[in-house]
Amino acid sequence: MRDFFIKIFRIGRKIKDQFHSSWMFICFLLILVLPFILGFGLLYKSNVLIREQSLLQLLFSGNWHPLKGEFGFWPFIVSSLWVTILSMLICGPVCLLSAIHLTHYAKKWVLKLMHPVIDILAGIPSVIYGVWGILLVVPFVSRMGASMGHPNSGYTILTGAIVLSIMIIPFVLNILIEVIRTVPRELSEASLSLGATKWETIKYVVLKKAFPGIISSFGLGISRAFGETIAVLMVVGNVVKIPTGVFQPGYPLPALIANNYGEMLSIPMYDSALMFSALILFVVVTIFNMGSRYLIIYSEKKI
Amino acid sequence: MGNESKIKIDNLNLHIGKNHILKNIHVSIPERQLTVILGPSGCGKTTLLKSLNRLTDLYPEMKIDGSIFLNEEDILHSKTEITLLRKKMGLLSQSPYPLPMSIYDNIAYGLRISGRRKKKYLIKRVEHYLTQVSLWDEVKDRLKDSASSLSIGQQQRLCLARGLAVDPEIILADEPTSALDPLSSKQIEELFVKLKQRYTIVVVTHILRQARRIADYVIFMYMGEVIEHGPAKDFFENPKEELTKEYLKGAFN
Repeated sequence: MRDFFIKIFRIGRKIKDQFHSSWMFICFLLILVLPFILGFGLLYKSNVLIREQSLLQLLFSGNWHPLKGEFGFWPFIVSSLWVTILSMLICGPVCLLSAIHLTHYAKKWVLKLMHPVIDILAGIPSVIYGVWGILLVVPFVSRMGASMGHPNSGYTILTGAIVLSIMIIPFVLNILIEVIRTVPRELSEASLSLGATKWETIKYVVLKKAFPGIISSFGLGISRAFGETIAVLMVVGNVVKIPTGVFQPGYPLPALIANNYGEMLSIPMYDSALMFSALILFVVVTIFNMGSRYLIIYSEKKI
Repeated sequence: MGNESKIKIDNLNLHIGKNHILKNIHVSIPERQLTVILGPSGCGKTTLLKSLNRLTDLYPEMKIDGSIFLNEEDILHSKTEITLLRKKMGLLSQSPYPLPMSIYDNIAYGLRISGRRKKKYLIKRVEHYLTQVSLWDEVKDRLKDSASSLSIGQQQRLCLARGLAVDPEIILADEPTSALDPLSSKQIEELFVKLKQRYTIVVVTHILRQARRIADYVIFMYMGEVIEHGPAKDFFENPKEELTKEYLKGAFN
């Protein structure tokens, strides 16, 4: 009798064990297929537009007249690229230099103080960055443009890039600090013992060792910047025109979707056009991520 | 072979917070000999070694006082030109840390930062130093490969060559064979014995047998103090202190 119960107990445990491991597998599977479902959904919805017009025409034409059925996404793509690249150009060097300072020059308590500051920056809702941008950055850019001979309203590509660059600082800086800190101390010691100065050691050894990590932090920053919506939308001007300078208004892809989805859907194919712009976003961010991953692997092999 | 002392350590004390890590160190290191700093783990050997080329500067929590004379110059003096000082001492750490660059650049790095940039000169020097550590034949066809593609033993020899390339007077080695297989360890030991003709070598180790094999002069440390020091022969055959005798018997291991 007792043996029987033990046997039942054993079988029960086995079933439970399998049951729970399958749950974990399902969860994992869900996460795995999620990006594909998203991508496929966007492709399916934008299919109407893609079938109707040539892909090249859609991507590289500047004619945006939804009422006439002309959908050229080039102004939005260019605006997005401008804002993203410019914000990374502002944020990248600033973050890298401050990460070097924090890890190699500053006292330990400064670094400790910095962590909550980073967390606060990361936690601020993006709409607050937007408001702050309108209050401070917009007049600043307007005045700066005027003094440089480019009078503008202040709602420009540059404004969007400045606000964005501040928004991605916490993410980029956080990774950079970790990456630079994990370079072994013995490596610096080796370089110093060869008679290198502190700066030479940082430049030739520490940064070189940390290079893959630096790339990945910038990659993350770019992906975030490219998709950021509200704060940029509030300060960037939202004028459908191919921007030719930083003091001109722009209209990035996320802003296009957020401004129009749900409102203009009575226009034929507009719905599909917005889905198509979401698809562009999706694809570009994926390419950015894969590109930086490739760079990481490539540079890790080199060092 | 002179018995003149290369480094004179005088009344050296080192604190980390309230911990007294090095206590009244008072010892000389003879020139062009192989000095072994011997002692159980955590007795301050490595710290003593690092204070010799002032890598202790990297740890702001360390408070150091006393003096260390190298050729009559006080290393610990704040006016000492630190990069010049460090160039005089090659450092070999516990496990090899090749710089994140190619095999060639690992050797050329030290030369380049001291202003030697002519390619012909660099190529000649790289070959010379790699030959000195008997690595040249193993790597001559892949000098452009990443240094981390070498085996651990090869990496350690590369690190030694890298240190030699800046033309030091002294080689400091911190348990240089602890990460290596027996064969590579033997190679490193043989290199040391060869190199002591030209360099003053200081090796930190806790391996008694290794000390017996290679030492000309022994400094025995325990709990931050130098218990006994003297020529290897006297030290091993005729130890004076009770602690030394026990250590040699293997009581600590």
